[in-house]
Amino acid sequence: MSHDKTMQPKSGKFDLGAIGRRDMLGLGLGFGLTTMAASTFGFPAWAQTDAAATPPSKPTGVVVVGLSQEPVSFHPLMPGVEVDEIIWTNIFSSLWVAQPDGSLKPDLAIEVPSVENGGIAEGGLLWTVRLRDDVTWHDGKPFTAEDVKYSLELINQEGFRSRTRVGHSLLGEITVVGPHEISWRMTEAFSPYLALLANTHMVPRHLLEGEADQNSTAFGGQPVGTGPFKWDTRTPGDNITLAANETYHGDGPYLDQAVLKYVPDMTSLYAQFQTGQVDMVIISGIPQNFYAEAKNLPDREVFIAPSGNIELVMPNLDHPALREKPVRQALYYAMNKQVIIDAIYYGVPTVTESFSPRESWAYNPNLPAHVYDPEKANALLDEAGWVRGDGGMRSKDGVPLAFQISTTTGNQLREQVQQFLMQDWAAIGVALSINNMPAAVIWGDFYVRSQFESLLVGTSFRTGVDPDPAARFASTAIPLKGGSGGNYMQWQNAEADALMKEGQASFDQERRREIYHRLQEIVREELPILPIWQYAPVEGYKKGLVGFAPNINQRQNAWNMGSWFWGS
Amino acid sequence: MATFLLRRFAQAALLLVIVSMIGFAILHLAPGGPLSQYAVDGNMTQADLDRLAEQLGLNRPLPIQYAEWFFRMLQGDWGLSYRDQQPVLHIILSHLGATLELMLTATVLAMILGVWVGTLGAVRRYSLFDSLATIGAMVALSIPTFWFGLVIIYVFSVGLDWLPSGNRYTIGDGSFLNRIHHLIGPSLVLALVSTAVWSRYMRSSMLDVINQDYIRTARAKGVSERNILFRHAMRNALLPMITIAGVQIPTLLSGALVTETVFTWPGMGRLFLDSISYRDYPVVMGILMFSAVLVLLGSLLADILYSVADPRISRQG
Repeated sequence: MSHDKTMQPKSGKFDLGAIGRRDMLGLGLGFGLTTMAASTFGFPAWAQTDAAATPPSKPTGVVVVGLSQEPVSFHPLMPGVEVDEIIWTNIFSSLWVAQPDGSLKPDLAIEVPSVENGGIAEGGLLWTVRLRDDVTWHDGKPFTAEDVKYSLELINQEGFRSRTRVGHSLLGEITVVGPHEISWRMTEAFSPYLALLANTHMVPRHLLEGEADQNSTAFGGQPVGTGPFKWDTRTPGDNITLAANETYHGDGPYLDQAVLKYVPDMTSLYAQFQTGQVDMVIISGIPQNFYAEAKNLPDREVFIAPSGNIELVMPNLDHPALREKPVRQALYYAMNKQVIIDAIYYGVPTVTESFSPRESWAYNPNLPAHVYDPEKANALLDEAGWVRGDGGMRSKDGVPLAFQISTTTGNQLREQVQQFLMQDWAAIGVALSINNMPAAVIWGDFYVRSQFESLLVGTSFRTGVDPDPAARFASTAIPLKGGSGGNYMQWQNAEADALMKEGQASFDQERRREIYHRLQEIVREELPILPIWQYAPVEGYKKGLVGFAPNINQRQNAWNMGSWFWGS
Repeated sequence: MATFLLRRFAQAALLLVIVSMIGFAILHLAPGGPLSQYAVDGNMTQADLDRLAEQLGLNRPLPIQYAEWFFRMLQGDWGLSYRDQQPVLHIILSHLGATLELMLTATVLAMILGVWVGTLGAVRRYSLFDSLATIGAMVALSIPTFWFGLVIIYVFSVGLDWLPSGNRYTIGDGSFLNRIHHLIGPSLVLALVSTAVWSRYMRSSMLDVINQDYIRTARAKGVSERNILFRHAMRNALLPMITIAGVQIPTLLSGALVTETVFTWPGMGRLFLDSISYRDYPVVMGILMFSAVLVLLGSLLADILYSVADPRISRQG
């Protein structure tokens, strides 16, 4: 991919702040902000092995990636979860790819459009993208601008079950300027679209156009893309084998085969990692209670992988007690976050005050630090008129200070966290009860119709990988009130609304950063969510694998299998 | 025989319809749905989720959804999985081989061992062997399978490195020996429980038979103990086992939920579990109907075998 590298955008070239996939890392290049801080995440073993070895001249060897969920959704524009994205990012290509440092690296495009290079014009309403002319589909047909047009139009096609139309719904007319140049109009300026396109994979027009039902195609069972790996075989319920694409337009692939192996039980998966039946455990990772043991396994690299999800308590602000800001603040003061992390999570994750991952360029490092202070919590509740009654539990005007907390049944660590919270909050006169449910139940209407009182949940507050959290925080995003987003806690704040609106329309990253810093201050003050820590899954791979690069701007760390190979 | 079969088939068809109605209702009335997995993730908006529910027809009235499913089923269309858009029947068939391989091994193992242990226990009633077998059966029945499976993995895979810790074969090596090697762990775990069941039934059945008058007569005639056991007693004692075997046939194909999960065996049990947790309605309904048919066929087969094996059973039914 040597010529690819030369096309990498230069520092400061983007002023669209948007990048990254699940979280946004800093536009590290341009602004010298955060890059993946090695100190934060233990030892970056991947960085050390990288330098020593050189890749083989032709694809050699196999890697077996162990997953606790089975990849089943292969059409990259249809609904899917993290494990499915391993298929998408390795079989398919997008116009540009979010790198670990937060930059966008052109893939199918020759350069990332910006206001400076003229790719984005008319205040964000006209976009032009030039494409590489040396890309072919796995079946040998050339990739052209028609494929991009087809892919973008398919997302908005009536009846097609596309994953998300966020951003895409703003697309106006799409024009194929030439075989390798495309332009489109947007109905409004929307800066997060740049980041959304980093996770929008292009599909082949010539294979899909003739299909009567776009939701059920032969392609969906046997995907054909432009990525470093080709579809080989699938044994349902067991594994998917990908084979090297020797005509790949970029660097690599160096591995002959990549096998995605499904092991449904996390303990069994860890056992297979120990016995060497899988070379790698990612996404759900190694259970945290095995971390200490796993670190000492011979010939294995085990590390804490960065992730952009935040673990938090999500209150329903419609609840008569939780709607009061002093109550939420008191709950936050009374929560012994460090003890929870040390006692239950083996000290692995780090506390956070923000909804934004700390690697994001939009992360505000100056938020007030949480202190565990039950006295302060008591004082806040006293002041707000919540008086202690029988058994020391508080109430106000006949409303007891009591609520439920729910999480997924069977998540043992979270269940223990609930017990700690129960104790911590009982000490300040808050009666917490636990009401857990299976995943398919809790994340159904209970969640999206805001039927919960509070949740213990790990989730993200971004648009794709752009830091824009409007879909989670805007008052127009409350489904129960006719909104279309994911503001399930039902938070409404006029200043936050205005800030997020401005952030979406701005292509000036400095201004956007100010906006999101202020937004984080508001959220820290108002506490529509009670952040605990940033996710820290424990992942591991067999020593000798080179090229593994955890990437907080992707939704999984097998995003670049094309660059992997076995060293000596 | 023809009337008997006809009547049984009519009953079976009616039962299937009822089973499908109840199954469909329970499945859809249970809270949550196939889109829950996307909601938690935070990368799809509620507008996306609502649109998908509309496109999948999840928000239509239940009776209409059922009727549509039912009439498509009558035409042999089992529908498409919500997860990977593949035809349901294709998905079921692709998991059948693995399950059959595992269950057949386990059942044959259990049958042979169970019959042997049960017979010996009955013949030498209250002997040391019998007591040990009884205690062993109780223990085997009480051990949770997942725990026993993990112990096997811990001892023989992680500790001794004798057995693979799961999977049906090593990726890149699908040889016969490799498959047998992988089969040992899970089939032992499964066989353990079934052996206990079979041996208990066999023991009581055998006890029944050896106390019959004709056995005493045979003994009085001077028939050797060996001949009494194998020529006279065994034949009759095995009869009730046919029923058990008939009931076992469906489990042969519907798989073992827990063992398949612990040993990463890509069979029907795990497919069922996965489909339930994803609320993949078409696949769950497909497996339900498939198993229901097997149960009915199994008991039908047992009935027929019974009348073949034992002329005393009338076929008037």
